[in-house]
Amino acid sequence: MSPGNGTPPLLEVRGLRKHFPLRGGVLQRTHAWVRAVDGVSFDVYPAETLGIVGESGCGKSTLARLILRLIEPDAGTVRFGGEDVRAATPPRMKRLRRDMQLVFQDPYASLNPRLTIEDAVAFSLLVHGTPRGQARERARALLGRVGLDPRLYGRRYAHELSGGQRQRVNIARALVLDPKLLVLDEPVSALDKSVQAQVLNLLQDLKAERALTYVFISHDLNVIEYVSGRVLVMYLGEVVETGTADALAQSPKHPYTQALFASAPSLDPDRRMERPPLAGDPPNPINPPSGCRFRTRCAFAMPRCAEAPPALRAVDPTHEVACYLYEAEATAVVPAR
Amino acid sequence: MAQIEAVGGVGVERGSLPPTLMMSYWRTVAWRLARDPATLVAGAVLLLIALSALLAPWLAPYDPNAGTIRLRLASVGAPAHLLGTDEQGRDMLSRLLWGGRMTLVAGLTPVLVAFVLGTGLGVLAGYVGGLTNTLVMRTMDIFYAFPAVLLAIAISGALGPGLPNTLISLSIVFVPRVVRVAESATVQVKALEYIAAARASGAGVRAIVRHHLLANVLGPILVFASTQVSLSIILAAGLSFLGLGVTPPAAEWGLMLNTLRQSIYVNAVVPALPGLAIFVTSMAFNLLSDGLRDAMEIRA
Repeated sequence: MSPGNGTPPLLEVRGLRKHFPLRGGVLQRTHAWVRAVDGVSFDVYPAETLGIVGESGCGKSTLARLILRLIEPDAGTVRFGGEDVRAATPPRMKRLRRDMQLVFQDPYASLNPRLTIEDAVAFSLLVHGTPRGQARERARALLGRVGLDPRLYGRRYAHELSGGQRQRVNIARALVLDPKLLVLDEPVSALDKSVQAQVLNLLQDLKAERALTYVFISHDLNVIEYVSGRVLVMYLGEVVETGTADALAQSPKHPYTQALFASAPSLDPDRRMERPPLAGDPPNPINPPSGCRFRTRCAFAMPRCAEAPPALRAVDPTHEVACYLYEAEATAVVPAR
Repeated sequence: MAQIEAVGGVGVERGSLPPTLMMSYWRTVAWRLARDPATLVAGAVLLLIALSALLAPWLAPYDPNAGTIRLRLASVGAPAHLLGTDEQGRDMLSRLLWGGRMTLVAGLTPVLVAFVLGTGLGVLAGYVGGLTNTLVMRTMDIFYAFPAVLLAIAISGALGPGLPNTLISLSIVFVPRVVRVAESATVQVKALEYIAAARASGAGVRAIVRHHLLANVLGPILVFASTQVSLSIILAAGLSFLGLGVTPPAAEWGLMLNTLRQSIYVNAVVPALPGLAIFVTSMAFNLLSDGLRDAMEIRA
């Protein structure tokens, strides 16, 4: 799983699980569970970008919030720099939050409409005890860095900005605490294509400048391929395949990954696949299929797929896939979820 | 062509925005209110009513509680009594001026109390959620289940007549309403990403509620509370009318309506005056709250 240079991972996620109860009736009894994230494990190494890709509803956003402990997982551990995030006391957690920040998907709902953007960015610093004047100064400097002249925009409100400008404010807010890890939850999905490219380039520049580590979540394979070193493919709350972006693009193993790449529009004729793209919607995560969750939409489904979920197996040192098709060529067995 | 160039000019991210967008939120609201004619008229009427109530001791030409039986039910425009006299010969103008004090106090105080208590309870229930929410909201539902008038009459009946009891019973009527609005606004805002962003930055509950939540829920709650003022005025007058509110001989518009109602066959205009006063006041409050609601609707 490691890119092989021996450095310890910055973020270790093991067996992370979150099931949301569905309550109903007068007594608000739980009658079903939504299995948003079900046994997800991965590592993120310093200075890399791990892309997480999957259809909407596959648990990507829940995963982002679990990593940052905005919601508590039902099971599993998150270690940041070797420290168990779930075990952190409130003061320790407050300190940890400076090192891991989140950029949100919705540029409209993620900014307080009653704060000027410089106050929105400075707020995080105030929380951590920076004096007001100094906080504002740093917020203005950072707004300048993300491409919003603080003299023109600092005192504006969110509704006066375009989607792309708001997303720049979001990025500035996430960076103002000087984090080591940035979790980006669909940061460009709500933006126009042309603006997407600008924001992606800004993110790449900032990463290099500040030695940041990214966890980049998106449903857009083109975006994921562009920014990520390694990619993790999620389906219905589970990891089905991980590998370098190149390996996944050139030889996707899991039928789901293959279908994803086949459905992504490509300008390269060599990359156009004959296989038809995915049909239908993903099954309901309230009652996921038994065994392999993808089997209901899989062209290669076998009887055993319904019996037990396949474990993630390494088909080469940096490429793992959870599919029975590759059992023979798998060299090592990763402990099952 | 020239237009397209002007719009498409790359890098021109300069402020070609109207001046409103450069102001702070509340200044914008005030600026918009000041430009709405209906709001201005309603505001002027209310200011006039409030001033005349406040200055009643100096403005009223007669003692509101002293009458001359010989001059009872004088018509509007009678010599020395501009608005006539009531069934006991008391000067109507003086009584309307003094009565306005009572009515305004009885109309505004319960809403003010409900605004403060209701916002506190509603934000608590909405932000904490879970069992706290269930406890608070279901308790409010008990009060909410009764029609406002019935609840006010029942509580006033139990407590007995008098202005303080009127204020208590009307406060109990309005608190649950404000709690509901405050709770739903809080639940809505709490789910927005900027609250999650504040949590991700390490902010505590108090900082989040103060800087991110209250700023965004107070507006809608204020608008809702302002719509309740006219209802409160009418309910207060209704309680007095039923003999459960302000006790005679004190002047209060609802009470005046009650005592004058039998004289309507003798002189139709004079008994209508307190009703007219109630109507104009509550109408003005309604227009003001409409204007407030429109002015606070600021969307991108």
